[in-house]
Amino acid sequence: MSQPDLIIHDEKDNVGVVVIETTKKGQDCKAWIMENDKTVEVSSMDKVPLGHKIALKDLKEGDTILKYGHDIGKVVKSIKKGEHVHVHNVKTKKW
Amino acid sequence: MMEIPKSFLGYKRENGRAGTRNHVIILPVDDISNACAEAVSNNIKGTIALPHSYGRLQFGADLELHFRTMIGTGKNPNVAAVIVIGIEPKWTKRIVDEIAKTGKPVEGFHIERTGDIGTIMKASKKAQEFSQWASEKQREECPLSDLWISVKCGESDTTSGLASNPTVGNLMEKLEPFGVHLCFGETSELTGAEKVCAARGATPEAKDKFMKTWNAYNDFILKEATDDLSESQPTAGNIAGGLTTIEEKAFGNFQKIGKLKFIDVLEPAEEPKKGKGLYFMDTSSAAAECVTLQAAGGFNIHLFPTGQGNIIGNPIEPVVKLTANPLTAKLMKEHVDCDVSKILSREMNLSQAGDELIKTMLRVANGRLTCAEALGHKEFVMTKLYRSA
Repeated sequence: MSQPDLIIHDEKDNVGVVVIETTKKGQDCKAWIMENDKTVEVSSMDKVPLGHKIALKDLKEGDTILKYGHDIGKVVKSIKKGEHVHVHNVKTKKW
Repeated sequence: MMEIPKSFLGYKRENGRAGTRNHVIILPVDDISNACAEAVSNNIKGTIALPHSYGRLQFGADLELHFRTMIGTGKNPNVAAVIVIGIEPKWTKRIVDEIAKTGKPVEGFHIERTGDIGTIMKASKKAQEFSQWASEKQREECPLSDLWISVKCGESDTTSGLASNPTVGNLMEKLEPFGVHLCFGETSELTGAEKVCAARGATPEAKDKFMKTWNAYNDFILKEATDDLSESQPTAGNIAGGLTTIEEKAFGNFQKIGKLKFIDVLEPAEEPKKGKGLYFMDTSSAAAECVTLQAAGGFNIHLFPTGQGNIIGNPIEPVVKLTANPLTAKLMKEHVDCDVSKILSREMNLSQAGDELIKTMLRVANGRLTCAEALGHKEFVMTKLYRSA
C-alpha cells in the first residue's frame, strides 16, 4: 500500500494520528488501521501537523477518547469528525 | 527475519559479567568531593569523573538509595576499575568494600585531614595505575545473555507510540529467548495504563508489587501537585508532538515491552536477582535520573526511543537512540543512532525496524560510540527522595 496520511492503532479508536508533515484543510486522508490492516477515509477539517490527532467521528463533551483501544482522556469541548483533537478539546481523567 | 548473532565482543569481568565499555571511573561520594574527583580525572587520561549534587546529611531510605546508586555504578560491568573519593572515611569505605566484592580494582580516598591537593596526588597515582591496567583489557566473545538491556523513552510524541517504542518491544520479543536481562521503568508515565501494565506481571506477586509501587508514586504526586500536572506531564515537547494526555503518553510508553511479561519489580537502582527476563524498576520518568538508576542496577546497554529529540547520554552505560519522527531524524541527525521513520510511510515494517535496532545495538555493544558518547553526553543524575537532615 502507498503511504498513509493517518495511522489508527486499533479498530475501536475514535482518533487517528497524522503521519505526513501536515494535512491541508479539506484534504481527503487515507487512514491505515494497524490492528486489522484495513484502510478508511476521513476528510481533514483543519490543518493538522505530523503526530497530531484527527477525530474519526463526531464527539461530544464528556465522551471518551479511545486510542490503542484504550481510554486516553475525556472530551471537554465538542469535536466534529475530521477536526484536530488536542489539549484544546481533550483533558486527562487522571491527576 | 534476520538471523540474530549469538554473541558480541565485550570485556569479561572478574565476577563473570561482561561490559560493553571499559571505563575507569573517579566516583565522588558527595558533592564537596567533586572538585577533587574532577582534578584526578583531569590529571590521568583514560579516566572519567562522575560529579553529582548530593551525599551529605541524607538519611533513611534516601541515604540507602544514595549508597545503592554509588555502589551499583561502581559494580557495573562497563566499569573496569574505580577510585572512590569522599570527605569522610566511613562512607567512602562502605562504598569501596561493596564494589570490591565484584573483584575489580577499587581504592578509596578521603579528604579530611589531608586536603584536596594531597588527596589528588595520592588518588592520581592509583588512578594512573588503574588506567594503564585497564587499557590492556581486550574485548572477547561473550554470549548475548551477557547483555543487560535497559529502556526508557523521552521527549516522546505520537510517533513514539506508533513506531519507535514498538520497535524496542519487537527487539525485546526477539532477544528474550537468548536469556538477556531487560528493564523498563518510569512509574509515573504508566499512569492511565497502570492496570494494563500490572496485568503483565508474570506472577501474582509481581502484579501486586507493581500496583503497590504505582499507587505509592501516584499518592505522592497527588499530595504534592498544585494543578493537573499539565505543565510537566505531558511536557511542552510532548504536546508539541501531538500527545494530549498522560494516559495517551502511558499507552505509548508501554509499547516498549512488546508482549512480554515482567518477572519482578525492582527498587530504584536495585540489582535484579531472579535471573534472565524482563524487570520493572521504580524510577522517575526524567531521562537522566532513570538511566542513572538503571545503570546502577547493572544494565550495560540502553535503548532510548525519542519523538521530538531527547539528547541524553550516560557516563557508563551507552545510550542508543532511535526515532520514528522523520523531522527529528532529519533536523537532529547527529543524535539519532537508528532511524525507523520509514515505519510511518510503510516502507519498513515493525520486524524490519526491530532487526535494524538489534544490528545497531550490537555494533554499539561491540564498541561503536553512540551519538551521545561522541557528542560528550554523560549525564549522571542521582535520584533524591526527600530533603536532607
